[in-house]
Amino acid sequence: MNMNDNNMQSGNKVSLLKELLKFLPEDAVLHQAEDLHPYECDGLSAYRHLPMIVVLPDTVDQVQSILRLCYERKVPVVARGAGTGLSGGALPLDNGVLLSLAKFKDIINIDAKRRIARVQPGVRNLAISQAVDQFGLYYAPDPSSQIACTIGGNVAENSGGVHCLKYGLTVHNIQQLKIITIEGELLTIGGSGLDSAGYDLLALMTGSEGMLGVIVEVTVKLLPRPESAQVLLAAFDDVVKAGEAVGNIIAAGIIPAGLEMMDKLAISAAEDFVHAGYPLDAEAILLCELDGTTEEVSEHVLKVREVLQNNGATEVRTAKDEAERLTFWKGRKAAFPAVGRLSPDYYCMDGTIPRKQLPRVLKTMADLSKEYDLPVANVFHAGDGNLHPLILYDANIEGELERTEEFGGKILELCVEVGGTITGEHGVGIEKINQMCVQFNSLELTQFHAVKAAFDPLGLLNPGKAVPTLHRCAEFGAMHVHKGELPFPELERF
Amino acid sequence: MNADISLQLQQQVQRAFEEKLALRIVGGNSKAFYGCPVSAETLSVAEHRGVLNYEPTELVITVRAGTPLKEIETLLDDEGQMLPFEPPAFSEHATLGGIIACNLSGPRRAYAGAARDYLLGCKIINGKGEILTFGGEVMKNVAGYDVSRLMAGAMGSLGVLLEVSLKVLPKAETEATQLFHCSSAEAIDKMHSWSQTPLPVSATSFHDSMLRVRLSGAGKAVIAAVNHIGGDAMENADQYWQDLKEQRLEYFNTEKNLWRLSLASDVESVIVENTDEDDFLYEWGGALRWLKSDVPAEIIQAAVAELDGHASLFRPAGVFRDGEQSTIFQPLTPGLMRIHKNLKQAFDPNNILNPGKLYPEL
Repeated sequence: MNMNDNNMQSGNKVSLLKELLKFLPEDAVLHQAEDLHPYECDGLSAYRHLPMIVVLPDTVDQVQSILRLCYERKVPVVARGAGTGLSGGALPLDNGVLLSLAKFKDIINIDAKRRIARVQPGVRNLAISQAVDQFGLYYAPDPSSQIACTIGGNVAENSGGVHCLKYGLTVHNIQQLKIITIEGELLTIGGSGLDSAGYDLLALMTGSEGMLGVIVEVTVKLLPRPESAQVLLAAFDDVVKAGEAVGNIIAAGIIPAGLEMMDKLAISAAEDFVHAGYPLDAEAILLCELDGTTEEVSEHVLKVREVLQNNGATEVRTAKDEAERLTFWKGRKAAFPAVGRLSPDYYCMDGTIPRKQLPRVLKTMADLSKEYDLPVANVFHAGDGNLHPLILYDANIEGELERTEEFGGKILELCVEVGGTITGEHGVGIEKINQMCVQFNSLELTQFHAVKAAFDPLGLLNPGKAVPTLHRCAEFGAMHVHKGELPFPELERF
Repeated sequence: MNADISLQLQQQVQRAFEEKLALRIVGGNSKAFYGCPVSAETLSVAEHRGVLNYEPTELVITVRAGTPLKEIETLLDDEGQMLPFEPPAFSEHATLGGIIACNLSGPRRAYAGAARDYLLGCKIINGKGEILTFGGEVMKNVAGYDVSRLMAGAMGSLGVLLEVSLKVLPKAETEATQLFHCSSAEAIDKMHSWSQTPLPVSATSFHDSMLRVRLSGAGKAVIAAVNHIGGDAMENADQYWQDLKEQRLEYFNTEKNLWRLSLASDVESVIVENTDEDDFLYEWGGALRWLKSDVPAEIIQAAVAELDGHASLFRPAGVFRDGEQSTIFQPLTPGLMRIHKNLKQAFDPNNILNPGKLYPEL
């Protein structure tokens, strides 16, 4: 940026501030460096930028006015919920406005009969389930950050969790959205029925990473809480056998509520950390949760136990009570921080593969681990093929972060090579934008850009995220980017 | 029989793009009644058929769009699996591409999800003749916009479907259907009381003062649920649900327009002049209602809009008169129509793919 640009930008900032303060109270507009710092990154904290201005509106009218103003002045806008995202989707721009939806915290309406809740975007994921618990209902998608992450962010990322195989992702569990376009227009997408007229804009908005519109209201679908839940823990002396057991549970006609795998390094880290009683001599363990009516669960527990034994499990335990069920889960849910204790830094990947490719992917990862001289612990949403390899490294050793990044990129490219994807649930954001060039060709990327232009012709909403320019793809390889440790270390990451 | 004619299809689309000639996309031609008729050169996808990948333990099937639904269902059935959204075929020639393009789902939809919910990925030809792939064959995938799901229900207006990947599920071990004689208000109440609890309900319907509920799941769970909800056991229930899905029940034998109303499940009644209770058939726990009526579209659509739902003319009784094309599907708000037109432009800049099939503007 040269001197002229700098002057122009500060001039823009002053006049934009003046306009914003015409309809926003002073405490809803932050512009001093010390006030801007809390917003400089999201859950991917190695990427930091101070935004030009942060706005904290609390009415839909204000959001509309902000967007109209930014549209007129061609100022980029980055929307932000709780900032727990792991791919840098809410990374601010130094010439842009960061639009925080944090004040939109109201649960507007719960309709237990229709099993829906109409909520503002800043409502936390878990707060929805807590609010509807009195009706015996809950909101199914449960991303690991659910105590902190907001529903607006969940929609923007199409968040998953450990129960996706049976209950789906965010896209399967919402019914209506209200969004504000970059021009400031309020659109209602979806309706009171199970479908709506015209194109499926509800699906298009879900997972669009703040690139198409700003979400100001979400109607979520609710489910009756299962009558019963039970979990089995199985140990294997071979990861491949554990992988086969997953396929055979499904072949037996059972869709578990959760089906998780951990490898030896992850098991020992988790066991050291929370003492869940995991078998330390196992090469892999599977956790299989079954839920439904009491009769169904007890029938399926027997079947699954038999499948696990037939697949060579060295040990199968069924949680004897609710306390033990929670203990079994505790190790899995603490796997990320547990692995974090083994090493000064770790880097969490998020690829999805066809499950049958697991042996090949694990083998190649082990080879890469030797080649890069960096250990990898594996936790795996085994039911739906979503891998979270955790690469252990030390950022203080020169060159190690760079090696980790390169290794991580190779894992994602491997996922694409075996027919999978570079991101199962964390989103592309800024983190995986180069790997988008591996997964999609230039015609497909061009089509994505055209989709964005249909909503945001000037490219002002979250520019530079999620979909790379063709120019960037051409340069991919010469790029050097930083990835880093997680903020919110207190959150479970699974 | 299986053949890959994607290049031939691509060439035809490319030529149409260059010459700005409209194309009418046809699979098995089993749903020609649905949507506005398009008069244009035919792009026939039916010969583009074959199952490309199916591994039961992966719960994924990938097929060419012209593959007959029947063939897919037989294949899945042999492995004890199913398309969970229970799509209607309306003809033995129905293709999977047609099902997805129309986003058609059957009785299980309210309890398991729609066609779009099981769509994992697709390969398409856009209006410029480019072959593009979106999504994939894995359950979780958030790379890029969800263009695959955008294709579901777009009725070919954004792209020609070449290949489709779907999530499949195991069939239920046991099913039972219970029958209740009651009023529509009682039926609505009962369906909602069931949906508040984790009962294994997989279908509901109400017409002619009869409420039917299908329960699917593990043997013991179904028995327990039957005992819990009561009612009378229905015989030949499988045939009934088939006939409902395929619209072969006596109710559907009509000279009137058949309207499809999608609205909040607990709406007590939709007031439209010159209709009575017998003109309605309820599905999906009350969220889908069929209506036989010759009342003008504007009146039906206004009544349903008042209830925050939408109405589409599913099977017209006769031929369209001028001006009626714009009222087959519920009119969109100006804001939404602007986005729709922009999207159409983004995928099909020369407006050659099924123009007007969904809305005259698209």
